Amino acid sequence: MTTGHDSALDFFGALARTDDAALGRLRERLAAAAERDGLLDIAYRTIDSPVGTLLLAATDAGLLRVAYDREDHDAVLAKLADVVSPRVLRAAPRLDPVARQLEEYFSRTRRTFDVPLDFRLAKGFRRAVLTHLPDIGYGHTASYAQIAAAAGSPRAVRAVGTACATNPLPVVVPCHRVVRSDGSSGGYVGGEQAKLTLLNLEAAA
Amino acid sequence: MRPFERIVDEYGPVVLRVCRAVLGPAEAEDAWSETFLAALRAYPDLPEGANVEAWLVTIAHRKALDVTRARSRRAVPVGEVPDRPSAFGLPQDWDGDLWAALARLPDRQRMAVAYHYLAGLPYRDIAEITGGTTDAARRAAADGIRTLRATYRPTSSVEGARP
Repeated sequence: MTTGHDSALDFFGALARTDDAALGRLRERLAAAAERDGLLDIAYRTIDSPVGTLLLAATDAGLLRVAYDREDHDAVLAKLADVVSPRVLRAAPRLDPVARQLEEYFSRTRRTFDVPLDFRLAKGFRRAVLTHLPDIGYGHTASYAQIAAAAGSPRAVRAVGTACATNPLPVVVPCHRVVRSDGSSGGYVGGEQAKLTLLNLEAAA
Repeated sequence: MRPFERIVDEYGPVVLRVCRAVLGPAEAEDAWSETFLAALRAYPDLPEGANVEAWLVTIAHRKALDVTRARSRRAVPVGEVPDRPSAFGLPQDWDGDLWAALARLPDRQRMAVAYHYLAGLPYRDIAEITGGTTDAARRAAADGIRTLRATYRPTSSVEGARP
């Protein structure tokens, strides 16, 4: 871009020393200041789990998104920046309660989640379906047809499938408990293996 | 629009170097924090295709001016730099000798050097940020870098000898 830029970086090399330590500290401070000033529209972090690394993102209204690795976390964050707000920062504190509850869930000491949910990424019928999913108790399953009936549209079985496939809050909103009428597990946003892992985890508890 | 976290990833290090070069180790981190908090506030209104680096340096420049004005109100003469780098707070963070040399430059030269040689901005952009003409920005950077090359020798060659 400019003449002399690269050679000058050697000359100023001392300025770059301990960048990582300083930047880690500064980023934490920025996230805290953003939260304090009401500028942290979306906070996110990741957690390790038996179904892979999960991305957790929250607005000040509640948990906005849970995403599996296979959904591509960078792509998920880019989409959130586009449709909700580009004021997105990695910041753990807002996600601490749900991270702790997920850890308890995966270690079988928790059966329901108690965190505020922000459903703004799901519209209309899809949102109606998602709000019915927590009615399926831990360790139980329901068919797509049963959920369609519960949502007041018994013929909308395929739409229930779509609502589950596009669930922005998997695991926490338990679309993994919705299975085919013949008892087979059916598709899942986290992949069929992840769905089986969750169903087995709940069955063993 | 990219998530702001990606902006911090990409430009956080260069803005920190610019803040360090312009303000020194004691005040660089406050300036960095204020710069990125102000940038986060304004980010949703940043026009598509804007030069993000120039935008951030512009914000950092305003923060630096606030600091240098406050400093001159406290009447600390910029020219009197103690020989011992430890007087500048955190000698382990970066080279006190380089800051000692930078601190002896007039503000305008130090800013032009930082914005051109560290941030890589063209002189036209620097003139817009600092005021004055493109030629004046070019001269300030050239004068500044000439003085620095005469007064400061990078210590990277002796780094291996450190414990």
